[in-house]
Amino acid sequence: MRANRRLVYAVVSSGLAIVFALLVSAVILAVSGNNPFEAYGQMFEYGVRVDSLASAVNRAVPLYFSAMAVALGFKMGLFNIGVEGQYRIAVLIAAAVGAAIALPGPLHVLAIILTAMAVGAAWSGFAGYLKVKRGVHEVISTIMLNYVATGMGAFLLANWLRQENPPGDLVIKTPEIPESGRLPSLNQVLEWVGLDPGRVNLYGMAVLAVVAGFGFHVLINHTRFGFELRASGASAGAARTAGIDPGRMVVLTMVISGAIAGLVGMAHLLGFFHRYTIDFPTMLGFTGIAVALLGRNHPAGMAAGALLFGWFDRATQILDLRGIPKEIVFILQGVILLSVVVAYAVVEVRIRAAESRAVTGALRPGAEEES
Amino acid sequence: MRKRIFSLSILAALSLLVAGCGGGDDTTVYLVFDIGGRGDQSFNDSAAAGLDRATEELGIAASELEPTAGGENRDELLNLAAEDGAQLVFGVGFLFADAIAAAAQTHDETNFGLIDGFVPDLTADSNLVSLGFAEHEGSFLVGAAAALKTRTGKVGFIGGVEIDLIKRFEAGFAAGVKHIDPGIEIDVKYITQPPDFAGFTDPAKGKEIGAAMYQAGADVVYHAAGSSGGGLFQAAKEQSESTGSHVWAIGVDSDQYLTAGAEFQPYILTSMLKRVDVAVFETISTLVDDSFEGGYRTFDLSVDGVGYATSGGHVADIADQLDDLKDQVISGAISVPQAP
Repeated sequence: MRANRRLVYAVVSSGLAIVFALLVSAVILAVSGNNPFEAYGQMFEYGVRVDSLASAVNRAVPLYFSAMAVALGFKMGLFNIGVEGQYRIAVLIAAAVGAAIALPGPLHVLAIILTAMAVGAAWSGFAGYLKVKRGVHEVISTIMLNYVATGMGAFLLANWLRQENPPGDLVIKTPEIPESGRLPSLNQVLEWVGLDPGRVNLYGMAVLAVVAGFGFHVLINHTRFGFELRASGASAGAARTAGIDPGRMVVLTMVISGAIAGLVGMAHLLGFFHRYTIDFPTMLGFTGIAVALLGRNHPAGMAAGALLFGWFDRATQILDLRGIPKEIVFILQGVILLSVVVAYAVVEVRIRAAESRAVTGALRPGAEEES
Repeated sequence: MRKRIFSLSILAALSLLVAGCGGGDDTTVYLVFDIGGRGDQSFNDSAAAGLDRATEELGIAASELEPTAGGENRDELLNLAAEDGAQLVFGVGFLFADAIAAAAQTHDETNFGLIDGFVPDLTADSNLVSLGFAEHEGSFLVGAAAALKTRTGKVGFIGGVEIDLIKRFEAGFAAGVKHIDPGIEIDVKYITQPPDFAGFTDPAKGKEIGAAMYQAGADVVYHAAGSSGGGLFQAAKEQSESTGSHVWAIGVDSDQYLTAGAEFQPYILTSMLKRVDVAVFETISTLVDDSFEGGYRTFDLSVDGVGYATSGGHVADIADQLDDLKDQVISGAISVPQAP
């Protein structure tokens, strides 16, 4: 009953927050001399095309992994701001390994994915180690490790991992991963149900994202690790008294979070680029923080948040073409995020008040009877 | 469907509007910028200027797009443009190379133009033209200008990112300096190493390096560093004001005397013009008069695809010498190296 009420509140308040954000953006559009109805109409018409929806899912998949990596840390009060660096160094090394080895199909893909997870886990685990052994706050260490990852990635790519380009080709990149190391698209599945995504290839990683979402739920709610994680997050002192080793929890959480972060770049790598290039998408790690906030660290909430961000990203492409400034989407995303956070805070206060009223109400007659 | 009709009617209306001032009937051209887009006062703006000129003079209908994130977005925008009915789609910047090659194969009814990039195996029958520039030739002329203007016998070069493309600027500049006086010292510095492309968008770093070069005795510094060059202009201004001895900066791509702001005009000697606008305009003209050809086109000194700017008159006294050098490069009497 209580869980249901929370769910209703969460859905209603985020819905209201989105409506509020749309209204604010409409005002901004109108003030800047654009017709908001036309802009939203264009976005909607373009956004509900099958290829747009497939593309939105493609954009959502990396954000979802990124959000889960962040959320896992949040659950015990750890702020892993380093997902950005973790996924970038992971995808670079995984791409190089994938191009260098030869394995039959599924094993090749698996090797690339495991490499990425291992690199991400090591990169993030180092920050966990620094926190436990040296007392370095993880916000500082992970954000600094982002810079190290960028610099080291640049060095590795430029000096060791790049391919020799034909003259004139200025794009620095790793060698291409052969066919066996690519993940097939899900377009065939879409066609079976009568949908044609056109030129967009729905990433095979979407399946793994769904699996990982359920895995995240099980890990948090139905394992000993998840219990200890939540206990440490709720009260570090109580958790320690109950025999949970806080140092072990920090390192373990950072390692798992980093392993998930390693998956962020896999959708683009295995489904589109098939190599790491200087043009590989960035900022997925930072956007993941926003998605985790939006989804309240809940696997379903984050999935919705990632899809929302992915959809807006795709749908606003059309605005440029029609002469409407697409910067509106950044405003939209920012306002949605702000209003959702505010709405949650308001709802949270209300729920707490209602609950404490209920508790006092329930206690008062009982207390009178006993005395 | 309705959206399609709507967009077509907009295009039709646009082309009707402009049909009066040109002969371009229903030609539609889409231009996909590099990150930064219109308003970067440099590379993208130059492309935008070419598009604007074509809209005015040739009466084409034009639309612009700009990528947000990484490569998958470039790909989508090129496809979107082709599907939306463009006859010609430009990708501005070498990062479009892979995406535009793929898009050109998928959309064989549409023509594509790639600025600065390289795609292998193009022919005249291809629906893709790769538009390159002889940056080394233009840089040779501003190198000569720097050598003719220096009083300290020391000049500088700031590259945004150390990639082959920017090394071409350095090579031409150095050759120009040495051609005038082999004894002049050249200070060369790159802001970042690939794949870190921040060197093109970091005015603070540009200023820091520029100031260091001026303090070390250089009195003319040339930059090929995108918007980081704004920092160089600031350094030139501050150095001149604080020491009282006038130093020069040389701009790149656009005529930066006109774009950088009035306060910097006394310090901008000239700019190495990379006429992306000419490349865009000329390619659109070939489409309009049905002579579009795929393959490779290089815009060099002979077609004024590169050159030096004269705005401000700071190089008026040496213009004769520079034009003489220009003729020698065009005739082949001087051969400018492409790599340092």
